[in-house]
Parts: sequence; C-alpha cells; structure tokens
Amino acid sequence: MISIRNISKWFGEFQALNKCSTEVGKGEVVVVCGPSGSGKSTLIKCVNGLESFQQGEIWVDGISVANQKTDLPRLRARVGMVFQHFELFPHLTVVDNITLAQCRVLGRSKKQAVDKAVQLLEMVGLVEQQAKFPAQLSGGQQQRVAIARALAMDPIAMLFDEPTSALDPEMINEVLDVMVKLAQSGMTMLVVTHEMGFARRVAHRVIFMDRGEIVEDRPKQTFFENPETDRARQFLSKILTH
Amino acid sequence: MLPLPSLIDTHCACSGHLSLFTFHLSPVLPLAAFDFSVFLRPSPEAVLNNLSYLLVGLGLSLLLALASWVVAFVVGSIVGVMRTLPGRIAPSMGVCYVELFRNVPLLVQLFVWFFVVPDITPLLGDWFKQQVSPFWQEFIAGTVCLGLFTAARIAEQVRAGIGSLGPGQLGAGLALGLRRRQVYLLVLLPVAYRILIPTLTSEFLNLIKNTAVASTVGYLELAQRSASMGETTSRVYEAFTAATVLYAILNLLVMFLARALERISALPGFLGAGGNK
Amino acid sequence: MPFDWSSIPGSLPILWQGMIVTIQITLVGALVGILLGMILAVLRLSRSRILSWLAAAYVTVFRSIPLVMVLFWFHLILVPLAAGLLFPGQRLELGLLTALTAFSLFEASYYAEIIRAGIMSVTKGQFSAGLALGMNRGQVMRLVVLPQALRRMIPLLLTQAIILFQDSTLVYVINLDDFFRKAYNIGNTVGTLNEMILFAGAVYLVICTLTSGCVRQLHRKLIVSPVK
Repeated sequence: MISIRNISKWFGEFQALNKCSTEVGKGEVVVVCGPSGSGKSTLIKCVNGLESFQQGEIWVDGISVANQKTDLPRLRARVGMVFQHFELFPHLTVVDNITLAQCRVLGRSKKQAVDKAVQLLEMVGLVEQQAKFPAQLSGGQQQRVAIARALAMDPIAMLFDEPTSALDPEMINEVLDVMVKLAQSGMTMLVVTHEMGFARRVAHRVIFMDRGEIVEDRPKQTFFENPETDRARQFLSKILTH
Repeated sequence: MLPLPSLIDTHCACSGHLSLFTFHLSPVLPLAAFDFSVFLRPSPEAVLNNLSYLLVGLGLSLLLALASWVVAFVVGSIVGVMRTLPGRIAPSMGVCYVELFRNVPLLVQLFVWFFVVPDITPLLGDWFKQQVSPFWQEFIAGTVCLGLFTAARIAEQVRAGIGSLGPGQLGAGLALGLRRRQVYLLVLLPVAYRILIPTLTSEFLNLIKNTAVASTVGYLELAQRSASMGETTSRVYEAFTAATVLYAILNLLVMFLARALERISALPGFLGAGGNK
Repeated sequence: MPFDWSSIPGSLPILWQGMIVTIQITLVGALVGILLGMILAVLRLSRSRILSWLAAAYVTVFRSIPLVMVLFWFHLILVPLAAGLLFPGQRLELGLLTALTAFSLFEASYYAEIIRAGIMSVTKGQFSAGLALGMNRGQVMRLVVLPQALRRMIPLLLTQAIILFQDSTLVYVINLDDFFRKAYNIGNTVGTLNEMILFAGAVYLVICTLTSGCVRQLHRKLIVSPVK
C-alpha cells in the first residue's frame, strides 16, 4: 500500500532523512518511534507530500508522490492524516469541520456529508458535541473529532503524527481507544507515537528511527523482546520505565 | 473681506497652470467668545447653512474613504496572501509592492495619479482629462491613490494574521485534499480576518484621516471645508472645533461598528490564534 | 514616452533648498516630538488621575484628526495669534515656524503611544525585581525599565521619523516650500510637471527604502533577548 524507498531529505545543510526505506502493506499497523529530532514526523509528512524530499521514491497505492504529474490533492484526499495539535478549523463547528472537505473535495451533497459525519461522531463517541466549536472541546475530544474528520474521506490509509503527544495524560486513553478500534477494523495505519502500550496491543511492526535513519524495522514481538541495536535498547529502557 | 480660497482649476490639457488655495494671514484674530450660531447662518457655498456645508464635507470624506477601502481591502488581501505563498516569485512581488507604496509620500502618490498618469496614458488619459468632470477626476484619483497606499499596509497585516495561525492549519487543510486556494479561502482567511478586525479598524480610521490629502487636488472634504468656512465667516475656532468634533464622532461610530462586528463574528471560546492548542 | 528630464540638473540647487526645509521639519519634529512624547507617556502612566487624563486627552485629540487639519489650525489660528501677541504689528515669515510647531505637537502624540507601549512591555516582574533589590521607583525606571524599553522602542521611533519625513510633504497645504513643493513649482514653471513629480517621488523612494532597510537591520540586532 505505502512504499517508501531510499528517501533522503535535507533542510538546507541539515540532513533530516537518510536513505529511509520501508513498506506498509494493506491492513498493516506500523508504529514509528524514536527520540525527538529523529525525523519521524518529517518522514510521515513526506508520505502525503506535505514535505518534499530530494532523493528517493514514495508510492501510495501505486501512485508516485514525487512525480510532477501526480495530482497531490487527490492523493491526499485518499490518505487521512491526524496531527499532533489536532488542527481543527476554529471557525467551523465540529460537524462543519468534518463535512468541509467531503463537500469541497469529494463533491458529496451536504446531506450525505452530514450523515457520514454523524455516523463517525457516533463511532468516536462525540455525537452530542456536533454543533460545538473546537475551542469549546477538550484536547482529547478535539483529537477524536480530527480522527473522524480524516475518516470521513474514506481513506485507504491513515497517517498519525504523534496524535497523543499534546494531550493531558487523562485524555490519552480516549484517543488511543479510537485508534485501537480503527486498527482492529483493518485500516492501514502508519503511526508516529511514544505510546508503546498502543504498539504492543495492535501494531504489526515497529520502526525505530534515530538521527534521520531507520535503525530497526521489526515485527512487534521481536522488537520489544529483543531489539537488535543498542540505540533501540537504550530508547526502550528510557521509555518503558514510566 | 479676505479673498475666498481659490480652488484648483481643472487641470485641462492646455496648461498645467494651477492655482491652489492661498490663505492670507489676517491680522490677529480676536479671541472672541465662541459664536455657534454661525453654523446656522447661510453659507455662500452650501445649500443650507454652514453646518450643512461641513456635514457634506464629512459625507465626502466618508465616501472617499469607503471607496478607497474597497480597493485597499481587495488589493491588500491579495498582496498579503501572495507574501505567504511558497516559492520566490509571489512573495517577492508582494514585497516590491509594499516597499513601493510605503516609501513614497501619500501626497506625491496622489499627484502621480492625478497629474502624471492621465497625462502619460495614451487614450484613457485624454478621455479622463477632458470628458470626466473635475469632481470625478479628483474622486477617482483619490480612490486609486488611497486604495493602493492603504493596501500596502493591509497586506502586511494580512500576512501577519495568516502567519499567526501557524503552519499546521495549512497542513491540515492540504492533508484533507483541499487545494491551496481552497485552504486560503475556506480556512485561513476566515480566521485571520477575525483576528485582524481591530487592526483593520484602526487602518480604516487612518484612511478616513488620509482623505484630507485629497483636498490638495480640489476634493472638498471636511478638513478643507472647515478651513474655508473659517475664512468666509472669520469664525475659525468654531469651524475647526466643529470639524474636530465631527471627526471624533465618526471615529466613535466606526469603532462602535467594529466592536459590533467583532461580537457578531466571534467564535465561542476562541481567544485569538491557537485556540485549540 | 516623451519625458524631458533635462530640467532636473539645473534645478538641483533650488531643490536642495527645499530639501533643507524638509530635513529641518523632520529633525525638529522628531526630536521635539520624542521629548514631548516622553513627557506625555510618563504623565499617562503617572498616579495622578488628572495628569493621566489630560495626557490621554491630548493624545486622543491629535490622533483622531488629520494632519492636514492640524496644519490648517496652526496656520490660521494659533501661530498668527501667538505672533500677534508676542510681536504685535509685525509681519513675519511664519511658514516654517508653523510647520515645526505643528509637526512637533502632532508627532508627540504618536511618539507618546510608542513610548508608553514600550515601557509597558517590560514586565512587572522586572519592576518588582528592581524594587526587591532595594531601589526606589525612580531608580528602577531609570536603570531597569527604561533601558529595556528603549531597545524595543528605538526601531519604532525611527520608523515614525521616516513616516514624519514623508508627511512633511503636507506643508504643501500651508504653502511652505519643502522639497516636493519646490519640485512641483519648478515643474509647473518649466512645463515638466510629470518629470518633476516622478523625480521627487523617486528621491523619496530611495531615501525611505534605504533608511527603513537600515532600521530593519537595527531591529534585528536589538532583539537579542526578548524579555516578554
């Protein structure tokens, strides 16, 4: 489904990504972890073209991201993304946040879009908040709306960029629960996160990145029980003592 | 009595000879007590009386300000957005525009639009000078000049407003498959404009004040009228006090409307940029 | 385009005279304006409600009327009045004096706001820290608050001076011959009005672009460690 081949990216002189390669198959849940500055967010943003890259190729469902002729907006509509800071549109209600792109990009009628929005809000447990504005919701609620917004586009894959890092601890679980449900329903997911509990529950593979490189890319079990590299081992020991 | 200020003769094609209003200093004006009945006395230039003379001036100032504001808002938004676009061409063009219109004095810009441009424009220019009435010549030149001048300032504010939203909003819009144009129109600008209401209000108030410059090409707005009323009635204090009061009232009115606008457009719980962070 | 620039070189001496007037207005207006503005700012921040209110009224009035009107005011009323009282019976060349007075008092209201905002941008914590060290209010203002406030203010004060430099062209309405008015008169007399207007515009453009560029550089150097 998602094929990342030899991606290298520079910000001016600074190399953010160094020959990163991996594959995410249909229905797979892959977790990307690593210390900050390791390039995880940059890598995931390259997948839907929000960040450009100088070398390498990325293919999403057979479409090349870097190809000049690719209609990026159309591609992005097929891949959902959830951001660390939720990024709901503050001037629109919850429902309008979810229907905006459905109508403007997919051309659905307002009724279709609202029905879909309500259905998804039920799934994430927020249907009563549909007429509220983002600023009236808690962080956890906002992030769940953001997930619903991305799902409303019927994506073939979902990208998560540290979805719980900006949340207060008591709200992390409500978001993770939604993500677990999504994973169990068979969605292809690429998740950048520190939440190892989530990884242990539903991930198929874990990727460990450090300083712009993919250091480990293993099935979940083997990664947690027996990391190959010292860097991964150090990282795990720091995270898992919490 | 002192000669009335002579207005600018139309700048007709034959000569460039213009006489501007000249004020002769009278001997020291006596500090007489204020005589507000002067406003009700008939004025040689106005339909009704001196007060109506000033009120029409206020109306003309406001009219010019509103017309210029339309130009300024549209052009300023476009240039401001251009400055936030990726790449090098659009932002550079935006910078050039802003630098050009901010570094030439307003009066000079007005004279360029009123004198130079009609003179050097091949067909339209001649039509402008000959077929268009003096009032409309002044009004159009004033609108274009003030509009483009103010647009440079609005562009900077729009740029700052969009910048204050953070890069995440643009990313979120693009990630949903919206095109850049759609993200700007549906997401970024609606929020940015709400944030900018206070600064745009003060910009509009500035614009109202700047309309006084149009009097140099003969547009009879309030400031000019207060001076000439002072001359004709030799009640200069009263005239200027009235004009000051009228400007102040206009100021208060605009600010009241702006606050109402802020209230109408307010989003529950939203306290400026980054409300959801 | 049939532009005739030939009249420009010959008129440079006259234009220079006008430029001197422009520079005088800018310098005096800025310096006196800043001094007066400082007084107004301090008055506004003072404990006395009357003084604070008076300063606020001054600033509000001058900021709500056009500069053109202020020039008219001074030209028609205040300066002849003062001259008549001080030098009765004499006919004086009052144009420049009117301009200098009007601009100084007008700019003071804008400078007052810049200075007040600059002082207020230094946090109360700094003020408290100074007091806690045993300094009195005056010392804290002088040694702690004002130095920091000045670093923030200087770019804005300079920018306001550039605006003043541009606004000085408005002495046109009181028939004072500044640089632009001279250019206009020459253009009118010789018949090269378009060329003179464009030339004057270009001169202002170059001067203002360069100076505002310098102010931007200065701004960058001064913001080393933002306090707020």
